[in-house]
Amino acid sequence: MIWNEEFETLPREALEALQLKRLKNLVERVYAAVPYYRKKMEEAGVGPNDIKNIRDLSKLPFTTKEDLRLNYPFGLFAVPFEQVVRIHASSGTTGKPTVVGYTKRDIESWAELMARTLSCGGAHKGDVVHNAYGYGLFTGGLGAHYGAERLGAAVIPISGGNSKRQIMIMQDFGSTVLMCTPSYALNLADVMKEMGVDPRTLKLRVGLFGAEPWSEKMREEIEKRLNIKAIDIFGLSEVMGPGVASECLEEKHGLHVFEDYFIPEIIDPETREPVPHGRKGELVFTTLTKEAFPVIRYRTKDISRIIAEPCSCGRTFHRIERITGRTDDMLIIRGVNVFPSQIEHVLMSIEGVEPHYLIIVDRQGSLDVMEVQVEVSEDIFSDEVKVLEKLARRIEREIKDLLGTSCKVKLVEPRTIQRSEGKAKRVIDNRKL
Amino acid sequence: MKLEQISIFLENKSGRLAEVAEILAKAGVNIRALSLADTTDFGILRLIVNDTEKAKQVLKDNGFTVGKTEVAGVEVADRPGGLAEILTVMSDNGINVEYMYAFVQKSGGNAIIIFRFDELEKAIETLRKAGIRILRGEEIYSL
Repeated sequence: MIWNEEFETLPREALEALQLKRLKNLVERVYAAVPYYRKKMEEAGVGPNDIKNIRDLSKLPFTTKEDLRLNYPFGLFAVPFEQVVRIHASSGTTGKPTVVGYTKRDIESWAELMARTLSCGGAHKGDVVHNAYGYGLFTGGLGAHYGAERLGAAVIPISGGNSKRQIMIMQDFGSTVLMCTPSYALNLADVMKEMGVDPRTLKLRVGLFGAEPWSEKMREEIEKRLNIKAIDIFGLSEVMGPGVASECLEEKHGLHVFEDYFIPEIIDPETREPVPHGRKGELVFTTLTKEAFPVIRYRTKDISRIIAEPCSCGRTFHRIERITGRTDDMLIIRGVNVFPSQIEHVLMSIEGVEPHYLIIVDRQGSLDVMEVQVEVSEDIFSDEVKVLEKLARRIEREIKDLLGTSCKVKLVEPRTIQRSEGKAKRVIDNRKL
Repeated sequence: MKLEQISIFLENKSGRLAEVAEILAKAGVNIRALSLADTTDFGILRLIVNDTEKAKQVLKDNGFTVGKTEVAGVEVADRPGGLAEILTVMSDNGINVEYMYAFVQKSGGNAIIIFRFDELEKAIETLRKAGIRILRGEEIYSL
C-alpha cells in the first residue's frame, strides 16, 4: 500500500543526498528570483554557495506569516506569473488572507503527494472517495481531489455541508473512503443516527481526517461510530496544503513527512535553535521542489516532535507526532484557521466599536461554535433593541465575510471582559478534544 | 415639551436590574416610569426619573452604559378609544412609534403614555394641532 516504493522507502543516506541536491537548487532559485528572500539571506550573511551539507539548512533565515503578509499577495512567488496555474489562500492574521500559488508541476507534485497520503490510508484504484473537504480557496478540497484522481479512485466532489444529502450519497454511490475534518466526521455520525442509518450497512472503510487538531479519543469515537479506520493527515497551505504528512494505517502513530519534498525541523520557539529528534518544539518546513511558492524554514507555530525510529510500514520517512498545540493564539474552528487579531481587525473597522472582545469556543454535539463577546460602549449604545441587534448581526456578517466561518456575536456590558496587564485574555476554548 | 429618558444596557444576568434600582435609591433618585425591552442576550432598561443628570452620572460611575433620549409624555383620555385616537393621528401623518410605555400615575383624570417617535418634533407638532396635551418635563418629573 505504498504509492511510490522507490522514493518512500529510500535509505536515509540516499534520501539525504536527494534532499541536499534539491535544497541547493531551491536556495539558488529563490535567491535569484525573489528579492525579499535574497535580502533576508544577505542580511543573514548566507548565500547559495553556503549550502554544502544538509545541516547547512540551519544557516538560512526563517520565514514567518509576517513575511507572507508583507509580500501580499504575490511578492514571494518565485516564477514569472504566467507560469502560475492555481492560487489558493488561507487565513492571514489581519484583514488580508495568506496567498499561495502553484505551477503546473506543483499541482502534479501535489497530486502525487495526496495519492501517497490516500495510499497511507489503504485507499486504492477502484475506491469511491467521498471528498467532504471544502472546495474553494481552501486547499483541502482540491488538494484531496487531485490526489484521489491520481490514485485512480472515483472522486465524489461533495464538499462540506448538507449532511443528510452526504449520507444519502454515501449509501447510493457506495463511498468507501471519507475525507473531511474529524469534527465533521462526528457530525456525519450524529446525522446518521438521527436518520436511522446503520454505518455497518455502508461501504465506508477508511477516513482521512485533517485540517484541525484532534485526539486519540476522537479517533476511537469516529472509528467506532462510523465503523471505519481513521487516520490523521497533515498539511498547511503555506507549505502546500494537505499531503505534507500522513499517518500510515499500519501504526497510526505519528505522521510520515514526505521528506523527498519537504524537510521538517523542530526548533525551540524561544531560542530558535533546532532541537534533537524526539524533543518537542515548533514545527518548521522547507519545501524542496515547489516552484511557484517555495518556502524556506517556514515557522508553522504548530507544536510537535520528530519520531526518527523506523516504522513497520516500510516507509523510511521520519514521522511527526500529532500536533499537540500552537505557539501562537491561532484557533481552528470547523477546519478554518482563525486568528483573534482578525476579529479585532473587524471590530476596529466598525465605528464606535471598541476592540474589547472575548472569543468563546465550544463544541455543541460534534460541531465547533464560536461566540464573540463585544462590549457595548456609549458610542454604539441605543435605546432601541433593533439598532443593537442590527449592529450585532453586522459584526457577525463581517466576521463571516473575513473568516469564512460563522460566529455568534453577543453584546455585553462594558468592562465585563477582563483587562489584564500585558497580554489580554482573548480566547476561552472550552472544547475537549 | 420633550422629555428626557435614560436608557441602560443590561446583560441578561440575574441581579442586574436590582443593582440599578439600588444605585438610584442610594443617590436619592426617584423612578417615575420604566420599561424593559429584552432579547435573549440583553435588555434595555428605559427610565424617566426625577433627576436625569444625576441618575446618568451615578450609573455611569458604576460602570453601566447609559444613553439619553428624548421622548414625549402624552396625555391619553382614560376611556375606550383614547389611545387609538392618538395612534391614528400619528399614522395619518406618517410618524412611527418606536416604542411606548404607560406611566403609573395619572394626570388629572387622564392616563400618561411615554412615546418614542422616529420624528419627535413632527410628532409634537402634530399632536398639538390635534388638540392632544403633551406634558412638560417638570410636570412629569414632579408627578
